[in-house]
Amino acid sequence: MNTILILEQMLNGLQFGLMLFLLAAGLTLVFGIMDMINLAHGSLYMIGAYLVASLSQATGSFWLGLGLGVLATVLVGVLLEYTILRRLYHRDHLSQVMGTFAILLMSNEIVRIIWGAQPLMLNPPAALAGPVTLMDGFSYPAYRLLIIGVGLAVALLLWLLVTRTRFGMQVRAGAANREMATAMGANVRRLFTLVFALGAALCAVAGGMLGPLLAVQVGMGESILILAFVVIVIGGIGSIRGALMGALLVGLVDTAGRTLVPLLFDKAMGPEVAANAGPAVASVLIYVLMAAVLFTKPQGLFPAHD
Amino acid sequence: MTDTSAPQPAAAQAIRATQPSVFDHRLQPRLVLPLLALLIAFPLIAQATGEDFYIGVASRVLVFGLAAASLNFILGFGGMVSFGHAAFVGLGAYTVGLLMQQGITSAWLAWPLAMLMGAAFSLLVGAISLRTQGVYFIMITLAFAQMLYYLIMSFKSLGGDDGLSLPSRSDIGLGLDLGQDATFYYVVLALVSTSLLLMARVLNARFGHVLQAIKENETRMQAIGFPVYRYKLVAFTLAGAFAGLAGAMLANQGSFVGPGMLQWTQSGILLIMVILGGVGHLYGGLLGAAVFLLLEEVLAAYTVHWQLGLGAVLLIVVLVAPNGLLSLRRGMWSKR
Repeated sequence: MNTILILEQMLNGLQFGLMLFLLAAGLTLVFGIMDMINLAHGSLYMIGAYLVASLSQATGSFWLGLGLGVLATVLVGVLLEYTILRRLYHRDHLSQVMGTFAILLMSNEIVRIIWGAQPLMLNPPAALAGPVTLMDGFSYPAYRLLIIGVGLAVALLLWLLVTRTRFGMQVRAGAANREMATAMGANVRRLFTLVFALGAALCAVAGGMLGPLLAVQVGMGESILILAFVVIVIGGIGSIRGALMGALLVGLVDTAGRTLVPLLFDKAMGPEVAANAGPAVASVLIYVLMAAVLFTKPQGLFPAHD
Repeated sequence: MTDTSAPQPAAAQAIRATQPSVFDHRLQPRLVLPLLALLIAFPLIAQATGEDFYIGVASRVLVFGLAAASLNFILGFGGMVSFGHAAFVGLGAYTVGLLMQQGITSAWLAWPLAMLMGAAFSLLVGAISLRTQGVYFIMITLAFAQMLYYLIMSFKSLGGDDGLSLPSRSDIGLGLDLGQDATFYYVVLALVSTSLLLMARVLNARFGHVLQAIKENETRMQAIGFPVYRYKLVAFTLAGAFAGLAGAMLANQGSFVGPGMLQWTQSGILLIMVILGGVGHLYGGLLGAAVFLLLEEVLAAYTVHWQLGLGAVLLIVVLVAPNGLLSLRRGMWSKR
């Protein structure tokens, strides 16, 4: 019983961590290469979730909806980069915070105008609605397994893209030393747009995949954005590998903390304390983790810059 | 971050010599005294025209003005971009709320205690965070604010998600009833003015000059032999105290404290108020809070989708007036 619970929490943590990775990968590249604090990254996640949800409903197929939704979000992202964000790259962090916060406010409101204030419900594909028996007495929702699969596949693709292609080489060069990359002939302007498009696509995949699990609603991007920032700071800004490690760490600590900490407290100090302090300690855990990492290794666990 | 220590072109330096420095911590009494007179007369005007509602709005503007000014104190004059300032405000608010729940309503006890709590927490956060730099400082202050946010939200005795409704406003004695909006407004005005005066004094004193020099060139100050870390920590703690006071007044203003006050978006809004008004201008926080909240008020009167308009205005300001609204004034000045 207990091992099954722990196994289930591990899988939940893995699933959450992989989705966090999709968000954090885009964020860490934008941050690392363009030195840009992009608070509107969560908005792309929200817009992606909405587009996937409504396109799935319109086409009647989850997969078609996901594909179209990702494409549409990439368009939105590129448009955003081309019209506004491009003007913020060379500005200081404060202006970037204000500019992207303004975009966050506006996109929340635009989504509310288009889709209304009610959360959107999205059903997982019918074939994946049920549980799968993984071993004796332990079944796990098929859709969550699919998320893990998609997350791993995208992580692998991203790894290939970053380590095996010319584009990836330029991205890594840009993250390590932007001026030098420019001097060596990388078209940084185009690179920025491409990186942003990639980030938007990853956001949409995460938003679309998580849509059936969470309510698709205005403001869904805000809380997860901060988690994504935690991830990239822990992993090291600009590092894809760091983002993956950070995301898995945060996903596991957050998910496991929420179920295991109250259990531990219950055993150690009785149900009274567990009910009160358990959830508090659990939600605080990842921020303690982040503060500890920043304090001991200010550049993160896998720094991209030397 | 832009490197403020880079050598300036000669022309820019010549302008600087005649113009006030990048920072503007002067009281500017000739500009501000008429404004203060107007603020004192405001409740009378509002009552005479039957628009009592706006007295509450004005109190709110002043309270947020103080919160933003306390952030500007460390951000604009010390170069510390704190992304967790709402935590200190919220802690002050919860101090008042919790005491009131225990039946302690005296403002003379609760408000200083709120300042003390704000100062104590910012001392703790600052002591750890100030060992990091740049973006990492932004993120670690955010982390601490998030910790407090989740801690407060998960304790049922603090009202959890729902927060606490306060039965009344604090009791200040002296024959004053804070329950009356005009009286509350005057107390807020007095406290906010005093706080700004204090900040101006500190910034004009040796301590303030050292702080601003640290913002300009931290390495050089360190090399000269100033205990940079200690100076920054003291400033950070002072800002926490003022933020705690703002929180105490905020709790009173709305007769409510909730975890929403500590959300990261609130810290973001405080940052935006400062940027909007002018980073490193004594009145930047106050102006930014006024513009932000009044814009919100006006837009909300016309449409439920006021956030769209607010976002658009913020975006235009960021693209047109990179250094805040108060910089526009100086821009016009120097073109003459």
